Amino acid sequence: MKESSLPADNLNRTVDLAEARSRHNLGARRFAVACLVLGLGLVASVVLATGIGRMDVGWGAIAAVVLSKLGFHTGALDRTTEVVIWGIRLSRVVLSGLVGASLATAGVIFQGLLLNPLADPFTLGVSTGAAFGVALLVMLGVGGSFLGLSPLPLGALAGALGAMAAVMLLSRESGRIRKETLILAGIVVSTFLAALISLIKSLDEESLSAIVFWIMGSFSGRGWIHVGFLLPYLAAGLALGAVYHRELDILALGEEQSHHLGVAVAAVRLKLLLGASLLTAGAVSVSGVIGFVGLVVPHLVRVLAGPSHGRLLALSAAAGALILIWADVLARTLLASGQELPVGVVSALLGGPFFFYLLKSRRSRGMW
Amino acid sequence: MIRVEALDLGYEGRLVLTGLNFQVDRGEFLGILGPNGSGKSTLLHALSGLLPPKKGRIIVKSEPLGGLPSRLRAQILAVVPQSTDVRFPFSCLEIVLMGRYPHRRRLGTLTDADLVWALKSMRRTTTAHLKERPIIEVSGGEGQRVVIARALAQDPEILLLDEATSSLDVRKKLEIFELLKFMSETRGLTVLCAMHDLNLAALYCRRLMFIKHGRVVVDGPTDQVFTPAILREVYETPMEVVRHPGHQRPYAVMLPLSPGTREDEAAMEALEAAQS
Repeated sequence: MKESSLPADNLNRTVDLAEARSRHNLGARRFAVACLVLGLGLVASVVLATGIGRMDVGWGAIAAVVLSKLGFHTGALDRTTEVVIWGIRLSRVVLSGLVGASLATAGVIFQGLLLNPLADPFTLGVSTGAAFGVALLVMLGVGGSFLGLSPLPLGALAGALGAMAAVMLLSRESGRIRKETLILAGIVVSTFLAALISLIKSLDEESLSAIVFWIMGSFSGRGWIHVGFLLPYLAAGLALGAVYHRELDILALGEEQSHHLGVAVAAVRLKLLLGASLLTAGAVSVSGVIGFVGLVVPHLVRVLAGPSHGRLLALSAAAGALILIWADVLARTLLASGQELPVGVVSALLGGPFFFYLLKSRRSRGMW
Repeated sequence: MIRVEALDLGYEGRLVLTGLNFQVDRGEFLGILGPNGSGKSTLLHALSGLLPPKKGRIIVKSEPLGGLPSRLRAQILAVVPQSTDVRFPFSCLEIVLMGRYPHRRRLGTLTDADLVWALKSMRRTTTAHLKERPIIEVSGGEGQRVVIARALAQDPEILLLDEATSSLDVRKKLEIFELLKFMSETRGLTVLCAMHDLNLAALYCRRLMFIKHGRVVVDGPTDQVFTPAILREVYETPMEVVRHPGHQRPYAVMLPLSPGTREDEAAMEALEAAQS
């Protein structure tokens, strides 16, 4: 066959390239718009959520406090207002946002990596593993903080990795991880560890509410110091996700094809599992186990942004933050008595039915 | 290009292929034939680096295959697997662009060269019109051609195909094989394909390797090994080989099975009668 008889090679370089580029950019533009919308939504939500609470603080006071913390001179501020806004509300709003971002991105990584639409830190037992690690350290009396770092997230990381390994081993069959049994194993491990946490806490003579805190998750009484605990884990986990997002796309085709395309499957998978475990451990060590954020957010974002993991990670982080900020606002304002609900209760109440809807509507279309 | 030395292949405790010794040079077009379960796929798994040898060595471009870093290996060697089940709604262009992975820098952006390779590969496999379609929505045959496009986008020196055209219609099958022949003749692409279609193999492969019961029965130029005696031995089926009056390539004609199988059938009927 002569070269000229292959019409495929008569590629009109400029026209085709320009077309493909413009389509590529079209996707990029949509992504940029989505980023912008979510970013503005986040800023607005932080301000609004800080303004909502039992004590009415006023928007002017919020602006004044934030400006003064940024180094602008704003004149005298009421001390109580300042503590409520800066020390209690804003820190908690920021923390809930960061935890939401951590859990959602961990969910993206777990789902892509394990090819399982039901995978997330909670269903895989990784969250409960992290909570177990923290509970164990607390029981042993290890606590405090050194240079703004706490040993508790390290305990959470050890617990998360341990639970992950246990789940993998349980769902392994003749050298391969079975998708079908993965979540089952996750639930077994999670239930077992939750029981152990309850046992530890009972032996430690803590009240029932403290146990509920770890198992259902809460931001009650959390502050800037916890933001500091979480940040390095969030940064490291996100960095791993960002560096390996292209591999995550390819791994979604399965192990064999990834191998054929030149991905060092075992090594990359280990790094991404570590990234997702870091994200989970950081989140759980400051807020306990919060379910459904890591499960629902990636699905929601995938509908809007498509399957490409680079974009999915960025948008899921923002959407996860947005959702958990508002879930926490509900958790602390829903009960008329002024008592707080664990935020995990709110996220489960919102996320459960929503996930059911997603599952039903997407399965009928034969995709995720 | 590829040299296989005293190779034994198998899975946990079970040997599938033993004592393989062969060499494939640059630009060769080799068809690997044999009955079901003869080990064709196992051989391709090993040649693609998925299955480590039990014994012996696989040398690719004078390097042991197992010692090649993943990305470098994927720059040399592309694979079109038997089945490709994708669950995520990537567009077909995105799938083909994944073929550029081994050539792209870790955090680099998509270059014009990458796009040109992807588009050219899609044109060559007549899948250009599917660019924007999600891979999960295209037909089996279209999906297979997209995966072939992805393998070509890898710009490999060796292409391994495992029954890669099984779900294509006649016309598409010929188009793909014309393309492979063109690539091997003009670009020096080395093509190894495991296949069942004897006549397609006889038409395009210049060399054939017959595998049976875990051993290479015969390996040689198509004109010499595509004979009724060898085909009969390998497939245990009566066949005749005829030369097409036009293009002078051999083709196989199957003959009805000998009465042996009919006797089995009679025995089965007797069994059924006894049961009722």
